[in-house]
Amino acid sequence: MEFLQQAINGLSLGFVYALIAIGYTMVYGIIGLINFAHGDVFMVGAYFGFFAAVNLHLSFIPTLLIAMGGAALTGVIVEKVAYKPLRNSPKLSILITAIAMSVLLENLVRLKMTTDPQTYPENLLPQKVIHFLGLSIDNRQIIIILISIVLVIILQFIVFKTKTGKAMRAASFDKDAAALMGINVNSIISITFAIGSALAGAAGVLVGILYSSIDPYMGIMPGLKAFVAAVLGGIGIIPGALWGGLIMGLVETFSKVYISSSYSDAIAFSILIIILIVKPSGLLGKKTREKV
Amino acid sequence: MFKKKACLVLSMAMTVGLLAGCGAKGSSTTGDIKIGVVLPLTGQVSSFGKSGQNGIKLLEDQVNKAGGINGRKIKFLFEDDEGKPDTATTVGTKLISNDNVVAIVGPLTSGSCIALGPIATQSKVPMITGSGTNPDVTKKGGEYVYRTCFIDPFQGTVIAKFASGDLKAKTAAILYDNGNDYSKGLAEFFEKGFVASGGKIVAKETYATNDKDFKAQLTKIKPTKPDVILLPDYYGTVGNIAKQARAIDIKVPLLGGDGWDSAELFKVGGTAVNNCYISDHYSADDTSKLVIAFQKEYKAKYNLNADAMAVLNYDAAKIMVEAIKVAGKTDGPSIKEALAKTNLEVVSGKVSFDANRDAIKGAVILKVDAGKFNFVKKLIP
Repeated sequence: MEFLQQAINGLSLGFVYALIAIGYTMVYGIIGLINFAHGDVFMVGAYFGFFAAVNLHLSFIPTLLIAMGGAALTGVIVEKVAYKPLRNSPKLSILITAIAMSVLLENLVRLKMTTDPQTYPENLLPQKVIHFLGLSIDNRQIIIILISIVLVIILQFIVFKTKTGKAMRAASFDKDAAALMGINVNSIISITFAIGSALAGAAGVLVGILYSSIDPYMGIMPGLKAFVAAVLGGIGIIPGALWGGLIMGLVETFSKVYISSSYSDAIAFSILIIILIVKPSGLLGKKTREKV
Repeated sequence: MFKKKACLVLSMAMTVGLLAGCGAKGSSTTGDIKIGVVLPLTGQVSSFGKSGQNGIKLLEDQVNKAGGINGRKIKFLFEDDEGKPDTATTVGTKLISNDNVVAIVGPLTSGSCIALGPIATQSKVPMITGSGTNPDVTKKGGEYVYRTCFIDPFQGTVIAKFASGDLKAKTAAILYDNGNDYSKGLAEFFEKGFVASGGKIVAKETYATNDKDFKAQLTKIKPTKPDVILLPDYYGTVGNIAKQARAIDIKVPLLGGDGWDSAELFKVGGTAVNNCYISDHYSADDTSKLVIAFQKEYKAKYNLNADAMAVLNYDAAKIMVEAIKVAGKTDGPSIKEALAKTNLEVVSGKVSFDANRDAIKGAVILKVDAGKFNFVKKLIP
């Protein structure tokens, strides 16, 4: 019985990691950058949602949409300002810039909102206990799982059934060839950032609702764990990010239960080390060999 | 070529900027007496810091209106440690080395006190905390660190005795932050006291300091059916845990310590913290003359109700000011001598220091319910 309850705990946590991990993986797939600022885009999304809920008194869905839009805007601005000028520079420069943008976002938010935690309004998504099969389940966790599934389905639709998605897949395969085929690679990159950031923004609002309080540094830990999730699933592969996120959530939850609540973070991060040693391309990754 | 020159100029400007931070040391025999204050003005426990700052500013007004100390006005220099031990060390060192304060009031959180204490002792600057309750604050702090509140071994025992005696709890679970000295310490002392009273700890789970998700630990605790659950942490985290506990139908009373005492607890926790009990330093329902007078002045100045942190910091600052007055001099060793001899009636009770430089103070049990902290009983050691 408790196993099922813990499984739900793990899945709702896992889907949050998955939503953020998808953004990491999409950006890596298309420009080969680990966007360290992505965890902070998640945080900015949470704050946009907070602003929408508290200042504009919007209900749940509009708040979610505004957060996604705000996060997408932030992601695109960061890309245009910090990453685009460095497109032809060594990978190290853009990596360091990503770290700098992460610190910048944290401190910009801190400047405006202070480091005091802000509380999401209780009535945005009223909390009810669901009694099912003898379990007491928090309805918000189920809602998080459902919304995440919906977002991932929409993403799959965009990536596989639209022309933009086709262009995204082409650009992630080979940027130059895609440009030769008439694809505007710059705008495709921006769209990729926008979609990845929007998903992270959605995760931000869901986390804000589930855990009530948000602060400027809330993106650091989930960002790191989502990064591990993306690598675990195979960096650059979208389904990989989804599975990676779910595995991370379940491992973190079950290690708290069956091993020790003190070591769960250590265990979750050692997954990164293990996967890099055993299968560096990730669970769904294929070993690509350079053919000369 | 231009880029290189620009870089050179910028790096020179940066170096000059860094050096500008080094000030000259001033004398402390004339002019305002500078007392440093380290409080968590922002961060996870900012409501504590802001209350403490209000209390200390009220004292500053009162003392200066009455002529200051031996004719010299006092000036409190406030620094924000964000509730983090590392930051406390940085700002505390700045107060000591750059601002040449004669004493430090604070920090507020046990973790920050334990970090800054040894530095204060090393620099021979007396440090007095109104609220750092972990025993290591004075044990590790050294001979210049004093505290005017009770210590957690006492607090843990108080909660434990109340749980088994008054609430008739036979089993308890503990969920604490094992990266926070205060939380870890209080959990440990509660366990000792509860077991000594004949109770049984059926579950003991931990989380990391900035964790937001406690569902796994709570789901693990629920089937052990504890009569009470101890949450020895600060109001922000506690409110969150309480909400998540109620969301999976954990209905038993939750217990806590002085870290719960903030109006912010209800903002985060809402109805989840109803029917809970905490131990604390001070109750707003106290009828002593000093308490009522303080509450009146605090309300008049800030239009807010005085809470524990305002009282404790006001008291600590007052004791420090008294010590400086009695010492007659502003050097560290003299003030320390005067502090050791303190025997003063302040808002939160009578304060004198034992051999460990800890104050011997009583505690109160408060019931947390419907947005208020209501007085239940008082316990004296």
